[in-house]
Amino acid sequence: MKISLVEYDAGNLPSVERALAKQDVETERAATPESIAAARVLILPGVGHFGQLMRTLGSRGLLAPIRQAIGGGVPLLGICLGLQALFASSAEAPEDRGLDILPGTVTALPVTAKLPHMGWNHLRQIRPSALFEGISANAYFYFAHSYAALDAGESAVAMCEHGVPFVAALERGNLFAVQFHPEKSGDAGARVLANFLGYAGAGNRG
Amino acid sequence: MTLARRIIPCLDTDGERVVKGVQFFNLRDAGDPAALAARYNREGADELVVLDIAASRDHRPTFLETIRRVAAELAIPLTAGGGVGNVDEGRAILRAGADKLTVNTAALRRPKLLTELAAEFGSQAVVLAIDAKRVGESWEAFVRGGRESSGRDAVDWAIEGTERGAGEILLTSMDRDGTRSGFDIPLTATIAGRVTVPLIASGGADSPSDFLDVFEKGRADAALAASIFHDAVQGLRELKCFLHSKGVPVRLSG
Repeated sequence: MKISLVEYDAGNLPSVERALAKQDVETERAATPESIAAARVLILPGVGHFGQLMRTLGSRGLLAPIRQAIGGGVPLLGICLGLQALFASSAEAPEDRGLDILPGTVTALPVTAKLPHMGWNHLRQIRPSALFEGISANAYFYFAHSYAALDAGESAVAMCEHGVPFVAALERGNLFAVQFHPEKSGDAGARVLANFLGYAGAGNRG
Repeated sequence: MTLARRIIPCLDTDGERVVKGVQFFNLRDAGDPAALAARYNREGADELVVLDIAASRDHRPTFLETIRRVAAELAIPLTAGGGVGNVDEGRAILRAGADKLTVNTAALRRPKLLTELAAEFGSQAVVLAIDAKRVGESWEAFVRGGRESSGRDAVDWAIEGTERGAGEILLTSMDRDGTRSGFDIPLTATIAGRVTVPLIASGGADSPSDFLDVFEKGRADAALAASIFHDAVQGLRELKCFLHSKGVPVRLSG
């Protein structure tokens, strides 16, 4: 089964493609409403600016197809900015609306900590998730961000902390998202990707 | 919950091959960058830096190909740089597979470059490299691979650079680089105490206790070294186990 990666200009798409290639799955870039509508598994990668991402998705007509795919049960994994995009809005670009699939606003991490939150950190799992099956509670994951969702209600499955606790991973039905970069997080990150692919019925390994 | 201190091997290249020398002189071949990258990825490096120390425009396509080959071997972040002078050159490096790019000389000559890069790629992708050398009671930032002083105070430049958009500082002590006499703790601690972004310390690494010092006394967030890792004088796993045993948070698992 092909994995569709939502393409927009400022993404970490090649890194995610390389990481998925190591899982022996086929990928394609999805940059049109038709390709999103036809996708059976979606990944929304993300590096860059919230406003820029939302405006690019909007100008390409991808917002409604992404919402419809999630509503229609297509498994989706958001990565980093791809997690933040699921929320209603972000302090990084207050004038731009998010995908609004999850309520609430993404906020700036407090300046009492060194920013960006850059490097390898632990997670605190607060409820079981398919994403973390077979992964040690001591595993480290790679983060690089200055904004975060502090609350995702029942959807939050793992928290991290940098000045303040924030949502590191969330799961709601067919919707998954992580604030860290699984494609840059060594073996533990590869396992998270494999677990998502396994949930989506697309995994060849793990 | 604490961020792990990072250990970062650095590949200095002539664009194509890993080279080493003292202060960029007496360069000799030290291996294939992709092969070294694969080894460090396997041995638990937290990140990798690959620099084009020749940084000539003629070599640029070769260096971009090197970045592609290195990135293909990694499941950890990659930082690349050398001669980046504008947004397009930065984009080429990121598109080739780097997650972050370093800037040095061009930013000192035109500090606004940092703001332009941060606006385009985000601060988390912009690493300000500072080559600092002791002059009297302070440190000056040097340019052109350490060949000439910019006349700027290194501490002031670090502060200005982060205010302009750099999301991380790669601080090299020119006095210690290649000497294997330990990191420059006063320099590292001074800049770490003055900036609000993560700091990578570089120059002078030799023994595991040098790394312990630069984290505990220098307050660095990450430590970078080249030849001690290439020559297998220092194993990454052994180094991290040592730091762990001393209570420094490090990532031990793959």
